[in-house]
Amino acid sequence: MKDVSFGQYYPAESALHRLDPRIKLLAVILYIVGIFFIRKFAGFALIALFLLVAILVSRVPFFKVLKSVRAVLFLVLFTVIMSVLFYSTKTEEPLWQWRFIKIYEQGLINAARMGLRLIFLVLGPSLLTLTTTPVELTDGLESLLKPLAMIKLPVHELAIIMSIALRLIPTLMEETEKIMNAQKARCASFDTGNIFKRAKALLPILIPLFVSSFRRADELADAMDSRCYRGAKGRTRMKVLKLRFRDFVAAFIMLALFAAILFLRYNWFGWSFLTVLI
Amino acid sequence: MIEVKNVKYIYNEGADDEKQALGGVSFSVADGEFVALVGHNGSGKSTLAKLFNGLALPKEGEVLINGMSTADKKKLFDIRKTVGVVFQNPDNQMVASIIEDDVAFGPENIGLPSAEINERVQWALEAVGMEEHRKGTPFRLSGGQKQRLAIAGVLAIKPQIMVLDESTAMLDPVGRDEVMKVIMRLNREEKMTVVMITHFMEEAALADRIIVLNGGLVAGEGKKEIFRNRELIESAGLELPLAARIADALRSRGLSLDENVTLPEELVNALCR
Repeated sequence: MKDVSFGQYYPAESALHRLDPRIKLLAVILYIVGIFFIRKFAGFALIALFLLVAILVSRVPFFKVLKSVRAVLFLVLFTVIMSVLFYSTKTEEPLWQWRFIKIYEQGLINAARMGLRLIFLVLGPSLLTLTTTPVELTDGLESLLKPLAMIKLPVHELAIIMSIALRLIPTLMEETEKIMNAQKARCASFDTGNIFKRAKALLPILIPLFVSSFRRADELADAMDSRCYRGAKGRTRMKVLKLRFRDFVAAFIMLALFAAILFLRYNWFGWSFLTVLI
Repeated sequence: MIEVKNVKYIYNEGADDEKQALGGVSFSVADGEFVALVGHNGSGKSTLAKLFNGLALPKEGEVLINGMSTADKKKLFDIRKTVGVVFQNPDNQMVASIIEDDVAFGPENIGLPSAEINERVQWALEAVGMEEHRKGTPFRLSGGQKQRLAIAGVLAIKPQIMVLDESTAMLDPVGRDEVMKVIMRLNREEKMTVVMITHFMEEAALADRIIVLNGGLVAGEGKKEIFRNRELIESAGLELPLAARIADALRSRGLSLDENVTLPEELVNALCR
């Protein structure tokens, strides 16, 4: 069985893998915000170039990264087609017309923008999860959210819930398989009949799974208590996140990219060659 | 040192299914001792495991760990640092998806500095022979390896006393052997006090002292000579160790064998004399 708790993590030795998860998280947030500031296709070209370099540095195969687009392909196509069909303007002659369907040049441009934006929105975070284990992500999130503990947000508790959930996914999958096999041995069938029959057939799996999960939780709580757990109080960590030189470099590159995107959009110095770009 | 003084424990008190698990049990375990607590299912032996570190509190009587009462809330943290408990199901004792993170959980809870946690994790994994799996995930491990990992997780806290609550019950013979070797070594070399709760008489026979529980009471205790008291063992719903049973069978066929034969090596020695 595949290790679900590793998510889609792609193990490799690369600068991107070694980066501090906090920097990676912040970088992805900046990247996403940046995408929404892009209007010109030159901006998309810039971000594509950035992503290309990042993927090459990460040593993750291209198809692994592109696979994430497949999940949203339908959404992308739907959005693009809809925005082409329903774009309307009075100032422009339609390029092509058939009964009530009118296609404008600006509509095509807008749709392309929308599609590119969606695709880039998926690619960036996917590169994050490909190069960062869920455990690192959890640690990074906990560390980033730590200031919120001051306003009584249970940051530590949320982080430990996350890590226990990650840890239990494979165990529960194994358990589900066991229960399903036990039911199959008694002639239960999960893949025949209409949707209602199938849903009903799931009930005898869910109930034992539920019961055993609670028992598990009980035992796990006892084991945690026995190992001196008492919440965040007085707790230290073995792996302390520490920013290194490479993390500052990465942060600088990210900020530079963001600045470039803003510059392309607002053209503060009124440089004429920028206005030529679409 | 553990002192159990006239402890009573009742499950679901006041409900229809009220059940007395322990009805006035007293015994003590000295430092460095290896004690086996044996009894059939429902003899109250697993209840004791939870009483040793204050996960459950006795209805009457008290449990003292190095003189600290488990009923004293202020002492609970110190008691849990002193008494480490390993439970039956290794899958339900792991908190992290990476082995070193799981072993680090205990030392992290007691607030050690990062460097020391690191050392302890390495030491604990070496003590159970799992150091090469340090960066791996627990899911691909065998049952015996998982339980050794659970032991490492408790060891990393460096408790004086290690309680094992049927920790070999879910393992195959190979896994059981792996775990027993680790426990024996910890007791002999690290001078750790070990309380092993089990229904495998072969394991109990390895202990310095055996306490037999029956119906929530101590039915008998002693060194492994206790196995000579066939009546006690049988009335407690237990079976003699295999070697002792073989010796019995041989004796009934007219072979004269030493009454003390309980371990496989002793049987071999007695037969090959």
